[in-house]
This record gives sequence, C-alpha cells and structure tokens, in this order.
Amino acid sequence: MSSLLITDLYAQVETDQGPKDILKGVTLKIESGRTYAIMGPNGSGKSTLAYVIAGHPRYTVTSGTITLDGVDVLSMSVDERARAGLFLAMQYPVEVPGVSVANFLRTAVTAVRGEAPKLRLWIKEMKEAMAAIQMDSSFAERNLNEGFSGGEKKRLEILQLALLRPKIAVLDETDSGLDVDALRVVSEGVNRFRDETGAGTLLITHYTRILRYIKPDVVHVFADGRIVETGGAELAEILESEGYERFTTVKS
Amino acid sequence: MTNAVVVPPLDLAPQTRSFDPAAFIEPTSRDEEWKFSAFSQLKQFFIADQSAGNVHAAGVGVNMLDIHQVASTWIPTDLAAAIARANVTEAGVLEIEAQSVHKEPIVIDLTTSTTKAYQHIEIVAGRLSDATVVIRQNLTSQINGATVVTVGDGAKLTVITIIDGDTSTALALQLPVSLGRDAYFTGALAIIGGGAVRIQNAITYTAPGGTAELFGVFLSDTGQHIEQRIFVNHDQPHCKSDVMYKGALLNPGARSVWIGDVLVRKEAIGTDTHQVNRNLVLSDGARADSVPNLELETGDIVKAGHASATGRFDDEQVFYLQSRGIPLDTARQLVVRGFFAEVLGRVGNTHWRDELLAKISQRLGIEKFEGDDE
Repeated sequence: MSSLLITDLYAQVETDQGPKDILKGVTLKIESGRTYAIMGPNGSGKSTLAYVIAGHPRYTVTSGTITLDGVDVLSMSVDERARAGLFLAMQYPVEVPGVSVANFLRTAVTAVRGEAPKLRLWIKEMKEAMAAIQMDSSFAERNLNEGFSGGEKKRLEILQLALLRPKIAVLDETDSGLDVDALRVVSEGVNRFRDETGAGTLLITHYTRILRYIKPDVVHVFADGRIVETGGAELAEILESEGYERFTTVKS
Repeated sequence: MTNAVVVPPLDLAPQTRSFDPAAFIEPTSRDEEWKFSAFSQLKQFFIADQSAGNVHAAGVGVNMLDIHQVASTWIPTDLAAAIARANVTEAGVLEIEAQSVHKEPIVIDLTTSTTKAYQHIEIVAGRLSDATVVIRQNLTSQINGATVVTVGDGAKLTVITIIDGDTSTALALQLPVSLGRDAYFTGALAIIGGGAVRIQNAITYTAPGGTAELFGVFLSDTGQHIEQRIFVNHDQPHCKSDVMYKGALLNPGARSVWIGDVLVRKEAIGTDTHQVNRNLVLSDGARADSVPNLELETGDIVKAGHASATGRFDDEQVFYLQSRGIPLDTARQLVVRGFFAEVLGRVGNTHWRDELLAKISQRLGIEKFEGDDE
C-alpha cells in the first residue's frame, strides 16, 4: 500500500510581472488501488499540480508538503521522484531528437528498476507491452516522440506507464487530442496497469469523456488553484451537464 | 537615392596562391582570417623551423615519399601552409587505383616523433574508383601542413578524419579537396580532442556534376580552441555541396569557431548548395562563433541555403528524461548524443559511425549506454 499525501500546497511560477501564485492550498491524498479524477476549467492550475508533483524546475513550492509513504518528495530531484515510484504522463510529451524509443525505454527501466533487464527478456517484454497498446514495434527504432502524432505520443506515455510500473501515476490530460479509438486503447492500457499493479491513479482532465472508460472512485473539482468540491463518480455527471460555471464565477 | 555607394565585390576566395612563403604577408590577430583563431598558439607556424620533422603516415597502400616526387596540384593559400609546403621533406601518399572498388576502409594512422612537424598527405582517388579512407590522428605535437584530396572523374571517395589529443597540442591543417566530373566526395571530420586546432577545408570542382558532402562533429572542452573554416567554390555547373557541422562546448573556456563560405560563381548554373552549423553550449563561459556566408553570382541555381544556430540545453528534454528516473548526467549525455546522431547518421560506414559515437560517448564521460547493445 502506498499513499501520496499533498498538504496545503502553495506553488508559484516566475513571470515577467514577477512571481505568480498558481497553487493556493491544495490538500489531496492518493492511495494505492484507487482512482481519482481532478476536473477543472482551463487555467485552474491542475496541470501545474501535476508538474509540481513531478518536480518541474519552472515551479517553486512556497509552502505545504508532498510525501510518498511518509517520505518527503519535495526534497527529491526529478529523477529520484520517478525512482521512488511517481510517474507523470504528460499532456505534451517532449521530442528528443537522436534518442531512440528503445534506448530511452531501456535506460529508464534500468534506472527505475535499479538493474538492467536481461536483453532477451527485455525485448520480449517491450514488444508485448507495445502490442498491448496497439503500437507497431517499429516505433522502438524511432526517435523519442519526434514526428509522432498526438495519439502516438499519448500511447508512448502509457507504454512507459506499463513498463515503469509506478506506485502512483498522474495522467495529465491524457485524453486530449485523442480520437475515440485511441481513447479506448489508451484507457484500456491505464485500466490494465491499474488492475495488474494496484497502483494509485490520478487523472487530470477537462472533460468527462475519459471517465466513461476509466472509472474514478473520487472526483475532485479544481478551481483557482485549489480543490473546491469533492464527490464520487456522480460528480463528474453533474459537471458534464452543468459545466464549470458555478466554480469559475464565484471567487473568493 | 542619388548617392550611389559602390561596394567592392566581396570575394570569399583566397587572394594569393604561392609555394613561396615570401609571397605572403605575416598575418596579425586583427586580420579577418585570424581574428577568431587561437592566434598565440598558431603563430609559431608563421616561422620556418628547421628542427621540425615530418608527420608519418602508415597504412596499407600508403607510401612515404620524398616531397619532390609528389605531383601535387595544390598551391598553398596562406603563410602557414606555404611554410609547411616549403619545409616538409616527406609526404604520405595513397593512390587508389582507377576503377578499383574497396569494400574495406583504408586506415591511415598519422604520427609524429618530434615536438613539431610538417604534414603533407596526398590522397588520390583514380577515376571510377570507390573507397573509404579513415585518417586517425592522435595529436602529440605541434603540426602544420596539409592533407590534399583529389577525387577523379566518376570516383566515389569517403574520408573519415578523426582528430584527438591533449590540450598542449596545435594543428594548422589545410584540407583541400578537388572533384572531377561527377565525382562524389563525402568528408566526415570528427574533432574529439586537441588544443588549438584550425582546419581549412576548401572544396573545388574541376568539372561539372561533382558532389561534396561535408559532415563534421566537434567537442570542445576547457583549453581547446577548435576552428573550422570551410570554403566551397562553386565555379562549375551542376555541382552539389551539402555541409553539416555540429559542435558541443562542454565546459567553461571551451571555444569553437565555424566559418562556412560558399561562393557560387556566374558559370555555376544548376548549383545545389546547403550548409548548416549547430552548436550546443553546455556551460557558462564557453564560446561558439558561427558565421555562414553565401555569395551568389548567379540566380540560375537549383537551391542555395545556409543556417546557423547556437543554443543551450533544452531543459524540457532533460526534464522529460529525468521524470522517467534517468539521472541528470545520463539525461544530459543522452541529449548531447542525440544532438550528434543526426550528423553521424549520415556517415555511411556503420562501423566507423559506431566508432565515432563511442569516442564521443567516452569524451562525455560514459563508456556505454544501457541501450547500446540492442
């Protein structure tokens, strides 16, 4: 059992006009075996939350804590967080020219597992994982995300999720830019990962569409840098019909 | 406008050619040609040194000959080159027989046994021959001279040059390449080490239809000053040139200079030329100069382009790799190696491409990447 505990988290980003507060007191718990959705309007800071968990250098945490099984996450480097069992599927996966998918995956898996997988077993494992998300094995030889379509990039994120097997996975707008078929494949990948590993999963999304495929246990509504409402799966249905208006018009 | 300004035609071609050092004025560090150079380490080559030896070339089919037996068509274009030509006594000569096809690369090792040496290497690819030559030069001294390449009609020649050595060394090297009708030359130049390295790579076409591909990679670290000057003289119709150089500056004090001059003469109709230089600066206090020049005397060409960019690490790339558990150093090394992969991928010979990649990885402080054995 693992749990990621975020307590009263404040974070800011440096802008031309000086530092700007984005997260304004986020408190959140993500436990193994459970699936959480954070829904919110654009610009509410929900992607920032994902980046802050992963340790993106652009954001500065000004107060609050993040712990994974009681261990301070904020003092860890980006790679230490990943090795500790955190994973962020990014909204915009980064292109890295000249680095093949195969080389990248094996380097990452070696780092996270602490030892290089046996080559023969590894190739088999990688091919099976690629087949499971309907990704042609020729992608292994391509440069990381370079020239990939939006859907291909998202599939590769889910492939990494399957191979790195984190304790806690944060999926930032994984549904954006996907057609219905791709959304189904990606969602199945997430469900398979969740069922096989019993990991905790946090879905960050603007739309309820993905929640038809990946059932959340808890739905949080995020607005103006904090969680403003919490409910079960039925909350997503309400948001679907009513929209975010009542959260964006009323501000403290 | 009533005041017409008469601009003298800019001509990128050298103004003086001579075997006689006295024909050249001694350069100063203010000269356009030398202002980017490691002048204090290279000015030693402006004075003839009787005690200097010769660079020795060893390899299958390579002969060391008395310089007077060498029928070279190349005429020095600056003082250092003229001094080297006037003082070198032996030349390493490789003649590739006409119509011969060499599947295995011909490896030439260049060595010196004196603290200062003059170099003269001649590589002549006979008509319709097909060969790859690898020149390995691990610098241990101060070297001034030339490697003269002649590619015969219809010949296909690849020359991979690997230069390494410590920061106490200096090299002033002329690398003139002359292409015959429909000749195809691929030059891959890797500068992994060395102190003050100045390479002047001049491409001339003696007949229509020639193609020159020039690929280069260089790593510059503290105490290194790597200078590359490329001059492509398009004065024949329907010739191509494709230049791609990539460099990485690793630590404070690292220095690199890349000057790419392409001149397309009036008679060079149907020219297709492209040149690009990209540099990755990995540290504060390192400096990369990059100057592409393109001079067109005719508009009747296929295409002409040039590009230059010097950038720092892409933090997003490093973050992405790190977020997958890859430690910072490894992430940076992956990005740098990926940066070079584009240009190394164009070196046709896979064995030597891997050799170069291994050497670069080694210089970056990694013996081997986890994924390399796939």
